[in-house]
Amino acid sequence: MYPAAFDYHAPSSVKEALELLGKHKDDAKLLAGGHSLIPMMKLRLAQPKHLIDLRKVPGLSGIKQDGNMLAIGAMTTHWEVESSALVKSKLAVLSETAALIGDPAVRNRGTVGGSIAHADPAADYPAAMIALGAEMVCEGAKGRRTVKVDDWFKGLMTTAVGEDEILVEVRVPVLPASSGAAYLKFPHPASRFAVVGVAAAVTLDGKGMCSKASVGVTGAGTKAIRAKGVEAGCAGKKLDAAAIEAAASKAAEGVDVQADLQGSVEYKSHLCRVFAKRALTEAVKRAGG
Amino acid sequence: MATVASDRLFGKSIKRREDPRFITGRGQYVDDVKIPGMTYAAFVRSPHAHARIRKIDTAAAMRHPGVVAIFTGKDMTGVNSLPCGWDLRKEKNVPGVVQDLAMVPHMPLTSDAARHVGDPVAVVIADSHEAAIDGAEKVQVDWEPLPAVTVTERAAASGAPKLHDGAPGNVAFKWEIGDRAATDAAFKTAGAVTVKKRIVNQRLVANAMEPRACLARFDDATGELTLWVTSQNPHVHRLLMCAFVLGIPEHKVRVIAPDVGGGFGSKIFLYNEEVVCSWVSRRLKRPVRWTASRSEAYLTDAHGRDHVTDAEIALGRDGKILGLRVKTTANLGAYLSTFAPAVPTFLYGTLLNGVYAIPAIHCEVTGVFSNTTAVDAYRGAGRPEACYVVERIVEAGARAAGMDVADLRKKNFIPKFSGAFQTQVAVVYDSGDYGAAWDRMLQMLDYRKFRAEQEAARKQGRLLGIGFSAYIEACSIAPSKLVGALGAGAGLYESGKVRVHPTGMVTVYTGSHSHGQGHETTFAQIVADKLGIPIEQVEIVHGDTGSIPFGMGTYGSRSASVGGTAILMSLNKVIEKGKRIAAHLLEASPKDIDFSGGQFQVKGVPGKAVPFGAVSLTAYIPHNFPEGVEPGLEETSFYDPSNFCFPFGAHACVVEVDRDTGNVKILRYLAVDDVGNVINPMIVDGMVHGGIAQGVGQALCEGAVYDGQSGQLVTGTMMDYALPKADMLPMYETDRTVTPTPVNPMGVKGAGETGTIAATPAVVNAVVDALAPLGVDHIEEMPMTAQRVWKIIQGAKGAR
Repeated sequence: MYPAAFDYHAPSSVKEALELLGKHKDDAKLLAGGHSLIPMMKLRLAQPKHLIDLRKVPGLSGIKQDGNMLAIGAMTTHWEVESSALVKSKLAVLSETAALIGDPAVRNRGTVGGSIAHADPAADYPAAMIALGAEMVCEGAKGRRTVKVDDWFKGLMTTAVGEDEILVEVRVPVLPASSGAAYLKFPHPASRFAVVGVAAAVTLDGKGMCSKASVGVTGAGTKAIRAKGVEAGCAGKKLDAAAIEAAASKAAEGVDVQADLQGSVEYKSHLCRVFAKRALTEAVKRAGG
Repeated sequence: MATVASDRLFGKSIKRREDPRFITGRGQYVDDVKIPGMTYAAFVRSPHAHARIRKIDTAAAMRHPGVVAIFTGKDMTGVNSLPCGWDLRKEKNVPGVVQDLAMVPHMPLTSDAARHVGDPVAVVIADSHEAAIDGAEKVQVDWEPLPAVTVTERAAASGAPKLHDGAPGNVAFKWEIGDRAATDAAFKTAGAVTVKKRIVNQRLVANAMEPRACLARFDDATGELTLWVTSQNPHVHRLLMCAFVLGIPEHKVRVIAPDVGGGFGSKIFLYNEEVVCSWVSRRLKRPVRWTASRSEAYLTDAHGRDHVTDAEIALGRDGKILGLRVKTTANLGAYLSTFAPAVPTFLYGTLLNGVYAIPAIHCEVTGVFSNTTAVDAYRGAGRPEACYVVERIVEAGARAAGMDVADLRKKNFIPKFSGAFQTQVAVVYDSGDYGAAWDRMLQMLDYRKFRAEQEAARKQGRLLGIGFSAYIEACSIAPSKLVGALGAGAGLYESGKVRVHPTGMVTVYTGSHSHGQGHETTFAQIVADKLGIPIEQVEIVHGDTGSIPFGMGTYGSRSASVGGTAILMSLNKVIEKGKRIAAHLLEASPKDIDFSGGQFQVKGVPGKAVPFGAVSLTAYIPHNFPEGVEPGLEETSFYDPSNFCFPFGAHACVVEVDRDTGNVKILRYLAVDDVGNVINPMIVDGMVHGGIAQGVGQALCEGAVYDGQSGQLVTGTMMDYALPKADMLPMYETDRTVTPTPVNPMGVKGAGETGTIAATPAVVNAVVDALAPLGVDHIEEMPMTAQRVWKIIQGAKGAR
């Protein structure tokens, strides 16, 4: 199917992109890879009159280390995250998460910023970003501001980015010593989006007890959330199988689970618990626990 | 008879000659054909599963820039219903008819009511594809939504919304086969173990890689219409369209099915869009093109399967099968597609004997209409449904009788035979050695070792299972006289014309149609071998009614056995004529001439010979030519098979079920197939591999799901409808046994559908076996998504 007619803009700076956004407002959509937007346009579920393609804006792509953070340009593709030697050495879980997105064609076009700004409830990155405590850098006419991941996902495909702003960078802290993280998901058999995906990051203290656990859940509800019950269940504990099982049992708490063809509320809630357990188990193992 | 097996190219895995064109993007598909002045069609389709059309307002759409014309069903005066080519009626003496087929109308553009989501009600013609689509969005249809029914078992229930005036209770037909009294008696045998199971064979979407497309060009100067169309059988398309729907002269219509990207059956049928574009082209005197979007393909390509069955088996104390009783409801969708009534009857009931000596069988089928896309042949067409019922109920029977599923099968196989085995369901098998394929498969599997491993795994709490499938199918479709007696509106012979050019180059015109099968390779192998010439000298032409003799096309695994035999017959005629010419040149008698290795030679005199090329040249420059022989070297044959061919085999699948998620992982897949002699093993392997993937897809992930309330197709995109993916499949372990058919001279049976037929029950049986320790003895529905399996585990009495 063909999309409805639209005007295509390819600005060469963030400033120019912001001006276009300010001019066309609701009639405009930012194009950042297009692997969600273009299919919606082809089905005519989305009919923006203006597409502002960020592909030619310099400086929005690339990964660099900035202190204890990895700074990932919004237009960095999933493949770049997946294959980056820097990401693999400093934050392997992020590379692994990217590798689970779609297929190679999707990963070579789709971008980190596109995914996080689109906030598909079944996207993979959101769970990892929550578990890793990422920050989103938005740029507007008045300059830049940083939004913590816990304030980012507002609801179904809604985020904290302003209507007059562009997400330009994602900053992800590198894990401290004695930490481990993992993202595991149950993929939709057709789309490979996450029916349920859980990311867990744990830090152990000198005695092997959990000093910090951070867990994000995606797929099951209308937005990715932090599994606070699981985190609380881990804190201060020796994370053996029984402790993990007990903590993971809280994984569906706070998730507004949506039933569909792939799963009832009961089944998806169960998958949240199963994958929380598996992700925690792997994270603890990687932390040396 | 099967003497060619020792020849040079027959049996060799030569690479597909068509592939360089396809893999470098140089194929010519319908959508690649461009004609000056071309217009584009977009169809206005029903968003409702069932709705009366009050009014269609096209005014706003006509004003859209680029829109040329808009037509509704009411504009198409003098156009008839799309025909159904299989007539199940008592007055036609069609066997087994219990209630006559309701021949309900299927207009190219419906004007009274829409009966499924996607039913076309108007067509917008524009100067560009985009303008046509935009215009179609502006057509205002005043709908009166009506209650809809999509669920197979509810379609004919009392109170269900009625689809057609001519089909009370939404019943399309009732049909039966077998011996009811003998079957009833078998089930009353003293001491018999009887098991009854509900078995659902869900609805599938064919998903050919290339969506359907057509381009109609009416030439006002000559009065000729050319239709390029994604068809598996261009002559059938032409005949149905000319004789039944549009009433236009057949000799003035040329149908071309060029490169076609897959069909799986869905491109056999005559569809609304092809008829409408042809009609519009004549009306506007301009070319009209239409190419389906994938979303349109999901809504309008004929779907497959959709059976709900109650199956019962009776076993003697010794494990011998005593009887099989089957009662099936087949959902035909909203209208009768071209061959729809044949699929759940003569392509289904006749295969219920399986590979077993079953003394009594009875099967009843009710075809029903529902507010869904029409259902017709899909890879295997009726035979997968039959195999699924037999192979599932046999395992259920074995479990109930406390017997090993492999032992029970072996005890019941029909013994090796060649020539004829009369089944209890009308058909006569041609040749078979079911035990040999089975034993080879068990040997590859190391069955006893697997059971020991399984026992150990179960002790660790792992859910490991094995499932089998000993399948049979009917290929080489089909003897015309026989299918005629069964209600077919067509003959099912095939044509093959061999044109030898003066230089000895050969062009073959086949009525078969390749849309993935590799005919340009396999048929050329037959020709090169037979004539003793390099394969490079052979060209295979198909898909154009302007050049090929009337042909029936490709489906039902018939190309090699029926189409190939027609070519072989023409080759024999060419050689016979060549012998007469050579005899004249060599001053010998034709009966003393041998032909081999491309040489016509006087028997026993190696020095006295002429090559094939010299004979072909003489045929066209007949200065020194035998009396009474016509110049030229070109022969045409039509081959009508004397029987079906019945390939068979033994498949096994090993799975492990994730107890926590219900996810099924296939660990091993084994297939031993017997398709008779094999022309190109690599191509047959490819067919088996792809077929297994499709069968696995049905078992584990595919399924067209309609919302029970709204009648919307929930799985209408590739984001929702799960096709099998490479990472779901293990490396297949395959082998073949060879039992040539006596039906045709090459001894080939057919290989295109075997994997699809065999794989589905093998996978489902494996999951049942994996869950057996939990007390599970049956799974009713597919696909076995993780959720479905998890729920079964939760509900099982033995679950921890």
